[in-house]
Amino acid sequence: MKVIVTVKRVIDYNVKVRVKADGSDVDLNNVKMAMNPFCEIAVEEAIRLKESGVATEVIAVSVGPKACQEQLRTALALGADRAIQVESDEQLESLNVAKLLAKVIEQEQPGVVILGKQAIDTDNNQTGQMLSALTGMAQGTFASKIDIQGDKALVTREVDGGLQTIELAMPIIATTDLRLNEPRYASLPNIMKAKRKPLEVKTAEELGVSIKAHTKLLSVGAPAERKAGIKVADVAELVDKLKNEAKVI
Amino acid sequence: MDLSLSQEQQLIQEMAAKFARTELEPLAQKLDQSGDRVAFLANLKKLAELGFMGLNIDAQYQGTQAGSVAFSLAITEIARACASTAVTMSVTNMVAEVIQSIASDKQKQQYLPKLCSGEYAAGAFCLTETSAGSDPSSMKTSAVLDGDSWVLKGAKQFISSAEYAGVFVVWAVTDPSAPRGKGISCFLVEQGTPGMSIAKAEQKMGQKASVTNEVLFDNCRIPADALMGELNQGFKIAVTELAGGRIGIGSLALGIGLAAMDYARNYTLERKQFGQAIAKFQGLQWMMADTYTELEAARLLLMSAADKKQRGLPFSKEASMAKLYASEKANQACYSALQLLGGYGYISEYPLERYARDVRVTSIYEGSSEIQRVIISRELLKEVS
Repeated sequence: MKVIVTVKRVIDYNVKVRVKADGSDVDLNNVKMAMNPFCEIAVEEAIRLKESGVATEVIAVSVGPKACQEQLRTALALGADRAIQVESDEQLESLNVAKLLAKVIEQEQPGVVILGKQAIDTDNNQTGQMLSALTGMAQGTFASKIDIQGDKALVTREVDGGLQTIELAMPIIATTDLRLNEPRYASLPNIMKAKRKPLEVKTAEELGVSIKAHTKLLSVGAPAERKAGIKVADVAELVDKLKNEAKVI
Repeated sequence: MDLSLSQEQQLIQEMAAKFARTELEPLAQKLDQSGDRVAFLANLKKLAELGFMGLNIDAQYQGTQAGSVAFSLAITEIARACASTAVTMSVTNMVAEVIQSIASDKQKQQYLPKLCSGEYAAGAFCLTETSAGSDPSSMKTSAVLDGDSWVLKGAKQFISSAEYAGVFVVWAVTDPSAPRGKGISCFLVEQGTPGMSIAKAEQKMGQKASVTNEVLFDNCRIPADALMGELNQGFKIAVTELAGGRIGIGSLALGIGLAAMDYARNYTLERKQFGQAIAKFQGLQWMMADTYTELEAARLLLMSAADKKQRGLPFSKEASMAKLYASEKANQACYSALQLLGGYGYISEYPLERYARDVRVTSIYEGSSEIQRVIISRELLKEVS
């Protein structure tokens, strides 16, 4: 069984995000980029499926500009067998990404597709769900446990009230939550070997997908700066302010 | 000319940075204050398992075979978080490289996989003696062949990792009648060999988690085949290998200097005096600009020396220049960074005083700054005479 795992190139989570001076977008100039943390969890899960004998091949897929090959190499260094980059220099919406991924899935016929539940740049949380709708594969989102049992899979989901376990018919699409696993470090010998693993580049045209924008980014603004607080003299004043100014009690 | 890193070098740098931030940084202060040996050794083991102990060692001996540039990058990233861990890693890599370059195939098979895999916590490099520091050729430790074994007698000073190193590379005089530096040979001694003992650990100013001891050889018998490389050619080996080690120590100094300045740079944006962030004061801006410029120059010197080594070109002068400059400028950087924090730089709650103590020895060990100048000027004059 093949496993497809998707990786997205995003701003490194340690970096302080800046907005461009004209407010048109986030400033990516000279900013350190990295693999989306939820995708790291997805890669780890895919590799564990291979190590436990459930999967025979792990294919890492990324949609993006040439630079996202860096993140694909990271996935290869972590243990993926080969990689596919779907080249695109545009800022793609979730639906476009899902359509491109659906074509890759059609070609590769994986038993399991694992995606991060969302990317930390735009926080959309849509691609996995859309991909499920487009391919007709069953979906288990916000997974904190994935248990493949032959022609079915048990996926434990993190929901508001606690944990929910659902049974899905294979093949499945899963999106990862934080507690699914703890990603490993790529060992240096594996980093050296990653160079020799195949990385294939495809285009939207080759996949027969036409990219169409349905939304337009109007402006991006930095969050409002937190204002300094005030000191109150006693409890009576605090209660008064909570009641009459903040109106929360 | 291309000054950018290859994709593998970049990935190794990122991985080292991530490991340092996640596994080493949270422990560094505690290691400095109490020296938690168990946690320290656990981290060394993890680093070995990830391939950091044999960065320049061939894959057939379980090394990473990533080259000297990757070695320099990795040491710098590890040193940003914990200098004690970085120095252990640097010395262990150097010990592995000596073995790889001169040992017999049998010796390589025997020791390199153990150093690279972490079966040995570390390797130790025993050259210095009480009266043979900057002038190692004046060493007194002797090795005499007696039947089918060598008998070692003498003492080695300032030996990093002596308490937990698995194997020691030991230099000793084998021909006392030879001219200076000509009658020295190199041996491999395993931890626990009868006749070898480890004296009390030194109390140091910094890099406290990395233990440093005197190692004593009292009629210590080692097999005849523990001789490494050619008889009486050991001094030349030591000189060559130390040049590689200097890239390691320069890179380590750079890591500490960068950690200090990165901390201070963030601090100047948060700290307000006279109604504004102190980063607004031009005096401090200039301090920052000068220091980062010097650290960048140090980085380029290190990269150039590592690149030369990796290509198999002569690199001894470049390694000394890089080590001299990086360690001196990193010392200044730590002091400037501490100054930028003012009183907070001086108290242990902030990491600056630790950086300043940890960085101090980088212009002393593996050849003091003065010795680097001797090497550099000797090479310079050789070029024209």
